Amino acid sequence: MFLINCPYCGERDQSEFSCGGEAHIVRPKQPTELSDDQWAEYLFMRKNIKGVQFERWNHAHGCRKWFNMVRDTSNDKIHAVYKMGEKPPVE
Amino acid sequence: MTKYRVNKTKHVDQTKTVSFDFDGKSYHGFEGDTLASALLSNGVHLVGRSFKYHRPRGIMSCGSEEPNAICQINEDTDLTEPNVRATEIELYEGLKASSQNCWPSVNFDIGGINNFISSFIPAGFYYKTFMWPKSFWKKIYEPLIRWSAGLGKSPTKPDPELYDHKHVHCDVLIIGGGISGIIASKIAAKNNFKTILIEDKNILGGSTIFQKNENYKINDKYSGEWIYEEIAELKKLDNITIKTRTSLAAYHSYNYLLAKENISDHLPLDKRNGGIRQRLWKIRADKVIVATGAIERPLVFNNNDRPGIMLSNSVKKYLDFYGVSCGLNNVIFTNNDSAYETAVSLKEKGISVEIIDIRKKSNSKIVKNAEQLGVKIYWNSTVVNTFGLRKINSIEIMNLSEDGSNVVGDKNRINCDCLAISGGWTPMVHMHTQSGGKLDFREIDQTFIPNEIDKNHINVGSCNGDFELEEIINNTNKKVKNFLKVSETEFDNTSVLNSKELDKRNIWLLPNYISEGKCKSFIDFQNDSTAKDIKLALREGFKSIEHVKRYTTTGMATDQGKLSNMHALGIIADTAGVKMGTLGTTTFRPPFTPLTFGSIVGRSVGNFFDITRKTSIHEWHIQNDAKFENVGQWKRPWYYPINEEGLHDAVQRESKAARDSAGILDASTLGKIDIQGTDASEFLNRVYTNAWSKLGIGKCRYGLMLNEDGMVYDDGVTTRLGENHYLMTTTTGGAANVLSKLEDYLQTEWPELDVYLTSVTDHYSTASICGPNSKKILTKIFPDKDFSDDAFPHMSYQNGKIDEINCRIMRISFTGELSYEINIESKFGKSLWEKCIEAGKEFKITPYGTETMHLLRAEKGFIIVGQDTDGTMTPIDLQMDWIVSKKKYDFIGKRSLYRSDTIREDRKQLVGLLTDDPNEILEEGAQIVSDMSKKPVEMIGHVTSSYFSPNLNKSIALAVVKSGKKLNGQKLIVPMENKNINVTVSESVFLDKENKRINA
Ligand SMILES: [Zn+2]
Repeated sequence: MFLINCPYCGERDQSEFSCGGEAHIVRPKQPTELSDDQWAEYLFMRKNIKGVQFERWNHAHGCRKWFNMVRDTSNDKIHAVYKMGEKPPVE
Repeated sequence: MTKYRVNKTKHVDQTKTVSFDFDGKSYHGFEGDTLASALLSNGVHLVGRSFKYHRPRGIMSCGSEEPNAICQINEDTDLTEPNVRATEIELYEGLKASSQNCWPSVNFDIGGINNFISSFIPAGFYYKTFMWPKSFWKKIYEPLIRWSAGLGKSPTKPDPELYDHKHVHCDVLIIGGGISGIIASKIAAKNNFKTILIEDKNILGGSTIFQKNENYKINDKYSGEWIYEEIAELKKLDNITIKTRTSLAAYHSYNYLLAKENISDHLPLDKRNGGIRQRLWKIRADKVIVATGAIERPLVFNNNDRPGIMLSNSVKKYLDFYGVSCGLNNVIFTNNDSAYETAVSLKEKGISVEIIDIRKKSNSKIVKNAEQLGVKIYWNSTVVNTFGLRKINSIEIMNLSEDGSNVVGDKNRINCDCLAISGGWTPMVHMHTQSGGKLDFREIDQTFIPNEIDKNHINVGSCNGDFELEEIINNTNKKVKNFLKVSETEFDNTSVLNSKELDKRNIWLLPNYISEGKCKSFIDFQNDSTAKDIKLALREGFKSIEHVKRYTTTGMATDQGKLSNMHALGIIADTAGVKMGTLGTTTFRPPFTPLTFGSIVGRSVGNFFDITRKTSIHEWHIQNDAKFENVGQWKRPWYYPINEEGLHDAVQRESKAARDSAGILDASTLGKIDIQGTDASEFLNRVYTNAWSKLGIGKCRYGLMLNEDGMVYDDGVTTRLGENHYLMTTTTGGAANVLSKLEDYLQTEWPELDVYLTSVTDHYSTASICGPNSKKILTKIFPDKDFSDDAFPHMSYQNGKIDEINCRIMRISFTGELSYEINIESKFGKSLWEKCIEAGKEFKITPYGTETMHLLRAEKGFIIVGQDTDGTMTPIDLQMDWIVSKKKYDFIGKRSLYRSDTIREDRKQLVGLLTDDPNEILEEGAQIVSDMSKKPVEMIGHVTSSYFSPNLNKSIALAVVKSGKKLNGQKLIVPMENKNINVTVSESVFLDKENKRINA
């Protein structure tokens, strides 16, 4: 059970949060210009790696804010938490 | 006093007698006893039968590692509980316990026949024997296994007791109140850390508390006396919460731990007073100090499972803590020095004891002490057999060969009534590994010890591999100081005297003159797996420890392999010729000791199991005999039967009334989202498939929302309340998800939009009145308002007032009838409803439930998201092309509507179905086929909604069918169990295709 440092509220129990999958996948600004393959890449393809992963999390039972988190999926270590729109920290 | 109660101790009050029943017989023990110590004091060792062979088994240990003494307590009461360890349950007046896993009695057990046919039930026998013939499984094998392998009976009545959950935070949590835990707690509490100490026993002090031996002294006191004083001081400190009878169940990441506190399990049933029985502590600790100690290992030799064969340190605890001698004629069988403490304790009390040691010598102080007391020691020897049917009566020993791989010389028979065995110690690393920690293998004493990298927890004492008193005290002090950044402690200059173990020898599987195939050398006592089974699994090709474990079931019983895992690993390593450290261990999973279901669910039982949401009009529905259905967490009126009416009749009546005169529906549960901001219109453009910019203030519009994959996600009517203000409605079940989804887009994809979303579902109650007389009813409720079609057209909204209360009136329709919805602040919902009923009386206004609502909308071919759609339907599939804007550049899901897959013409599409026999009602979910002759028969779709329409006087259905759009007018078949129903594909709008009724 993680202890997650919400960038707006501070440390809270994992049960207050929900995970929204891989981060930094930007919705294409002009979807109609994309081929089926390009659109499918955006729509379906997600990484699921063992190691450091960038994820979206939502403080669903708290401030309801979305933010990003860098987590090592092999040991659940949370390396960083940062607001939406902010650049991911360079390792 | 019985002859086995040989000693007075301060932990058992021998002036207070406690009577209890075991297997129907009455016994006496004392206050302070466990069930196990009380049984032993009465000379009772035989307490159960083993799982597979039904061999007689006795009490083996004094703690949670106990594999054999598993009882059913308080049978035939609603408080009965299976799988209770006799070694852990505190004795109380009137306790009734019985053996599990034996029938008809523990002394005569039919299943014991398995013992004689054991060569036919080797490792993996479940997988091999019971595989075929397959037809035998249900009628023969499964009942047989269930009958013969009973592991207790679950209660048949509801649990009358209360359970509780508690969340706590602390600076330092210490797990285990033995000597290292006490030292750590004192340091933490004295240095202003908010400290919690949990201990699973009812008293602190671990195995040190009953230590009284010249060879183990701290500051010139017996270690037992020293710790007694330390505990007394600890209890006086302010910063510490001490929780005894509290066992750690799980250690999750980020120092989140679960511990179960037993509050009333030790009290007689009549003193429990209906209070809380157990409390589950959910602890988030800044730092955790694990001090869970070590478990003594058994030795693996032929017939090592007879009643009377016990772990050596447990024998010592029964003697020195409970005052009970497990035998009067004891033999100790060991490979290490610690068992000599047991020997010295016994001898000092004048009880007969001899020692068999597999080592060739040992020159430590404690061994010399035993020798001086006249204890006979057989060096370099091993037990090769044991005898005695219900309790051990003698053993056979032989000398070991030089390398220990064989036995040599003559057999020597020794009589005994208790054999205390010790194979060394296994650090309890469960907590460390549960938290994600790794282990290192230590060759010298063949132990896995914690490899600490996590900065927020440490292991101290014997769970860290420190077994000797001096190491324990000094290393614990040093580690805790570092961990808590404390420079000085009271333990810095503690003088410790202890006997040091100098000689070691370990043999995982002791050799025998009897061939291996004929030996019964048990590794897992509860699951009956032997050394032979492990070797067989290896021969059959299982290599990974995880596979061997599952194939032989070693370590899979309720004790989770606490006694068996190390020997299984050792024997695998020896047999396979690999280093034990390279094998790794099996995964230690929570819970460390079993949790009760009660403690897991806590207060979330009965009405509190899940939230029930009720509208403000709920009471009225109850008073008017509504039947309810669950929609998400909401209770919604399903139908309102009159005079014993069934569902069908009630719905027919309600449906007819709604179309002929007037009906009223509680629509409060629909999701309502208040949308405000200068970009609100643009936002709606992006989330709905249709266009919103030109919707006038005061107008309503139906919208369809897709997922990014183009599939229909939700629908509802949104009303423009002002220039920058909308009220969106969603489906009842989808409300929360829609809000999160919209928030997600707003925050992450379109942060530039000035839009604010607020859920107002609970803020407003909604009465929906429909039918040709609805306008007249509204006119009565709002006499000042002009309800003419010009002044108040369909799909528009106006504010209104009932008395002084503001409300919103929307003229929208989900039934195809002339229809109005009145929204009012929830607290006035019921009075609004009653007002509507009153005003509608002269028109026989009929309240209707969800079933009638579904029927009415189906007559009009309106979809219900989630019933007629299932996450694979696009608006095009639903034949709702009209709602998809061609002009808008983008909206959620737009691009997906022309992916190669979504433009396929043979997708399943929504159509209407009419049965050839108008009285035949199709079953929802029924499959649809077109050609019954071609096998296998292709299923081309299924029925999604089906009703008998009283207004059309025939059966109607909606269905999704492959290429359905092209099939209008075609005949299809709905095959049912006993007949084929012929149907014709129709349009999905059955009633009022011209939409005249809406303005009727
Ligand atoms: Zn937050």
